[in-house]
Amino acid sequence: MTEIQKKVKNSVDGVFDTPNKKAFIGFLTAGDPDADSTVKFILEMERAGADLIEIGLPFSDPTAEGVVIQDANIRALKNGMTTDGVFEIVRRVRETSRLPLAFMTYLNPVFHYGYDRFFAKCEELGVGAIIIPDLPYEEKEEVEEPAAAHNVHLISMIAPTSEERIRSIAEGAHGFIYVVSSMGVTGVRSEITTDLGAMVEQIRRVTDTPCAIGFGISTPGQAKEMASLSDGAIVGSAIVKIIARHGAQAAEELYQYVKSMKDAVAEA
Amino acid sequence: MSRGRYGIHGGQYISETLMNELIRLEEAYEHYKNDPGFVAELNKLFKEYAGRPSLLYYAEKMTKDLGGAKIYLKREDLNHTGSHKINNVLGQALLAKKMGKTRLIAETGAGQHGVATATAAALLGMECEIFMGKEDTDRQALNVYRMELLGAKVHPVTSGTMTLKDAVNETMREWTNRVSDTHYCLGSVMGPHPFPMIVRDFQSVISREAREQILAAEGKLPAAVVACVGGGSNAMGAFYNFIPDEGVELIGCEAAGKGVDTAFTAATIATGTLGVFHGMKSYFCQDEYGQIAPVYSISAGLDYPGIGPEHAHLHDTGRAQYVPVTDDEAVEAFEYLARTEGIICAIESAHAVAHVLKIAKNYRTDQSIIICVSGRGDKDVAAIARYRGVDIHD
Repeated sequence: MTEIQKKVKNSVDGVFDTPNKKAFIGFLTAGDPDADSTVKFILEMERAGADLIEIGLPFSDPTAEGVVIQDANIRALKNGMTTDGVFEIVRRVRETSRLPLAFMTYLNPVFHYGYDRFFAKCEELGVGAIIIPDLPYEEKEEVEEPAAAHNVHLISMIAPTSEERIRSIAEGAHGFIYVVSSMGVTGVRSEITTDLGAMVEQIRRVTDTPCAIGFGISTPGQAKEMASLSDGAIVGSAIVKIIARHGAQAAEELYQYVKSMKDAVAEA
Repeated sequence: MSRGRYGIHGGQYISETLMNELIRLEEAYEHYKNDPGFVAELNKLFKEYAGRPSLLYYAEKMTKDLGGAKIYLKREDLNHTGSHKINNVLGQALLAKKMGKTRLIAETGAGQHGVATATAAALLGMECEIFMGKEDTDRQALNVYRMELLGAKVHPVTSGTMTLKDAVNETMREWTNRVSDTHYCLGSVMGPHPFPMIVRDFQSVISREAREQILAAEGKLPAAVVACVGGGSNAMGAFYNFIPDEGVELIGCEAAGKGVDTAFTAATIATGTLGVFHGMKSYFCQDEYGQIAPVYSISAGLDYPGIGPEHAHLHDTGRAQYVPVTDDEAVEAFEYLARTEGIICAIESAHAVAHVLKIAKNYRTDQSIIICVSGRGDKDVAAIARYRGVDIHD
């Protein structure tokens, strides 16, 4: 184990602590359609059984996202969401919930806020992990150290094109590993063709860090399959689509959807 | 660990899905740039297809009119396809072909890079798809049709501000989607390493030629080299071989739009701050939370919220200086060059001309200034007419 792996220990680790229990990880964009709704939706997803919520901190140019999450980012920013606004959402969630939380965003908002200041806030509010799709292994050092200093996992991503990079990425990973199911950007896919079983096996040969699969998962069948191959399934666009359709009234629909996905994952 | 740094700038801030491809691209480039066969093939294309070397033209009337330094124009506008963009594109397309790629994708702002990429794809028998902001497809309709004539498919980009930045976003997304047979022919000295290096190297032919040409004409180096800067490829190419010549001032002209004290500007050095975007650490126009700002310029090619990392470094070290030039000044320079020298330059290049109109008289008559005329202005005529309130159909 590296120094950083040993150092960071927080609620996100607990998500994968129970043997054979698979995790359902839900994503939503903070401030879509507004801050009050985001607080309500997070609590509703927790009630429906979500094990971890990834909160998307909106960015003007989300290059790793498909249209669904792009639009959510635009809606949130248009409605005035800011980095401080996202922290305020988390503070309100924390009034009643101890649910493990992670942030997903791009490097620039974090860089601009100041790494130390950003991760100090995360620590204070119990946000245990951060996923930054435009921060590959080669560049992670500048973020990993300040994150670890505040007990936040910087989540490593592994993609279908990672090949021989899997070893070094997996060796340095902690919290969990985000396994990208498919080529391209986020979004619902009818079929996932990557040999994920082989990928996860390759990862497991070098690390005990749990793996969760994301990108393209929308149906309970897919969630069950992905969870059976790994330690959990991450669902973003399908959730954001429900929010886009129902707006502030999405809570009930979200509950039903997340529950069905959680049940499917539990069967894996 | 991190590669491709220019001081604190540069790097490879890109999704994991693309990392192996960037590594392969760098390896292929490091191999082929020293491969005599590749170099000979590229030089042959430069000479016989693109029309290099481009002229270094002594603008005598302009010199007399301004009453200071002798003005030389590096005529990249005379290249095949009408701009400096072809230098980089021929290099990258040939490299991509050697790597076994069969498809080129690219972003374009004004359309010059898209046209150049479509041209190289036609010549080398590759598929080509161009991503162009919807707003730019409207203001540069002629270039859209030109790309289609060359066999490329043009995708109007409707996300975000519908300009160059969004075209880059969309091309990156497409590359992430389909990387095995596809090369992203990035058009400027920006993006993740190795692009800023590769594009600079292919564009450095501009200053390699210009340095020899000015020495032949004047027997000494110029006092200054002036070029417009969006991402900064023509400027990087025009500066590069003069960087060791410490007495030569290097001046990049940014698009100030309606002014650097307004929200309608694209002057990154004048108004931007340090950030990480489009694969690189550099200066960007952004708000207090690091959201990339909508930018504005009359010039679609300079309408970009960032600047290449090597320029950011040249700015930090003071080796180059960057000055803002407004729409009004650029349009006046566009008209001035047409009237005075009979050269209709691109509105992008007119930003460089505009700055020289201001500074030429500060130099002695035995000194010279080289302006990089990065492109020709046919594409801009209709927009300039509209700017002047003349309604013509293009």
